[in-house]
Amino acid sequence: MTLRLQARKLACERDDRWLFEDLDLDIRAGEIVRVEGPNGSGKTTLLKILSGQLADYQGELFWNDRPMRQARQAFLSSLLYLGHAPGVKGALTPLENLAWYQALAGGAGHEAARLAALESVGLAGFEDVPAAQLSAGQQRRVALARLELTPRPLWVLDEPFTAIDRDGVAALEERLIVHARSGGCVLVTTHHELKASGELRRIRLGRGGQDAER
Amino acid sequence: MPSGETPMIDTDDRPVADGEPRGGLTVAVWATLKRDLTLLLRRRSEVLNPLVFFALVITLFPIGISPDPQLLATIAPGLLWVAALLAALLSLDSLFRGDYDDGSLEQLLLTPQPLAMLGLAKVAVHWLLTGLPLAMMAPVLGIMLSLPAGSYPTLAFSLALGTASLSLIGAIGAALTVGLSRGGVLLSLLVLPLYIPVLIFGAGAVQAAILGDGAAAHLAILGALLALALMLAPWAIAASLRISING
Repeated sequence: MTLRLQARKLACERDDRWLFEDLDLDIRAGEIVRVEGPNGSGKTTLLKILSGQLADYQGELFWNDRPMRQARQAFLSSLLYLGHAPGVKGALTPLENLAWYQALAGGAGHEAARLAALESVGLAGFEDVPAAQLSAGQQRRVALARLELTPRPLWVLDEPFTAIDRDGVAALEERLIVHARSGGCVLVTTHHELKASGELRRIRLGRGGQDAER
Repeated sequence: MPSGETPMIDTDDRPVADGEPRGGLTVAVWATLKRDLTLLLRRRSEVLNPLVFFALVITLFPIGISPDPQLLATIAPGLLWVAALLAALLSLDSLFRGDYDDGSLEQLLLTPQPLAMLGLAKVAVHWLLTGLPLAMMAPVLGIMLSLPAGSYPTLAFSLALGTASLSLIGAIGAALTVGLSRGGVLLSLLVLPLYIPVLIFGAGAVQAAILGDGAAAHLAILGALLALALMLAPWAIAASLRISING
């Protein structure tokens, strides 16, 4: 299976300030890449650029050795992005929220799959409660259920551990490692210290550009 | 999160670009329609607001101007149309706002489905719960303005056609201003000039029906405007949404 996300000479300027310059990235299957840096160092911006949401950058992006512009459709069909905001509608139940995401991903799917996904994130019993009545952590878990529901090789997760309890964090970390070992790839920002493992790679953003290190 | 089985990852092995999106598009559009309908029906006040506004404005006119049926009948087509137009405009700001605030909009932009079609589904729901009810209500309010009974079908039909165009055009403005915290006034300024042709031919159709001239020509032009909006607006909405998310 091929999976390769490359960036060449990536640079982004915000408010007359370079968030990063000359950033070269080569992300392959089986890796967990953690983007680090202080608040405001451009982590979210980098993830948005890499997930194809922001066009306001310099440099080039390649997906499986094809320029992103040409490969966009294939790229989007392999991408699962979870942003800062969980994207969960308060007026809908977790099941209804997931049904929409499942349909957007290209299949009507089965309710059994949605129930199983909710159960895997510890929300069994909350299927039919309007999401607005759930806690912030539970809402985040609804969004995280999409990791189980729609299998995609490339996960781009912006602060996925926000509001998640300790057990949930451990389980999610485990899930990321399983995903990487089974040939997927995870791009994640977090202030939480990930358990060091063979797959983990760091990209540090900060003042004066970046340095990537293994 | 913890799960026994390893996930199936085979996305790249099959021809994703050819096979998936077509069949998936119907499913995605249908799911978006259903989701937005459910959402709005659970927040009734948002659906009722424009309708109440419409009814209030029309109720105030006979009181404010004069109860003279002759006079009211003359200005009724224009009044009904202007009030319906403003009511539709009032509801536009929330079209993409909720999705923008909770992050669903960026998810919508990241689906492999064409954004234009998904945007069209959202506009369709807006029309179903704003434009169509306004058109249904208008004849009832027409009685209050002593509108001649023969023009009721034309009034409802012209409003149904016209508000569909209004929803489509307005959605472009809503998509452009969704990133701004107070985009309401800007939205009106952007969109109102584009509403004028619809207003002219809509009110014209009702006027023609009252005079017995036959409203077919006006309605045909309203239909043509709708066809044009249907062709162009979805792409403009998609492009505007991308611009808003970029900012």
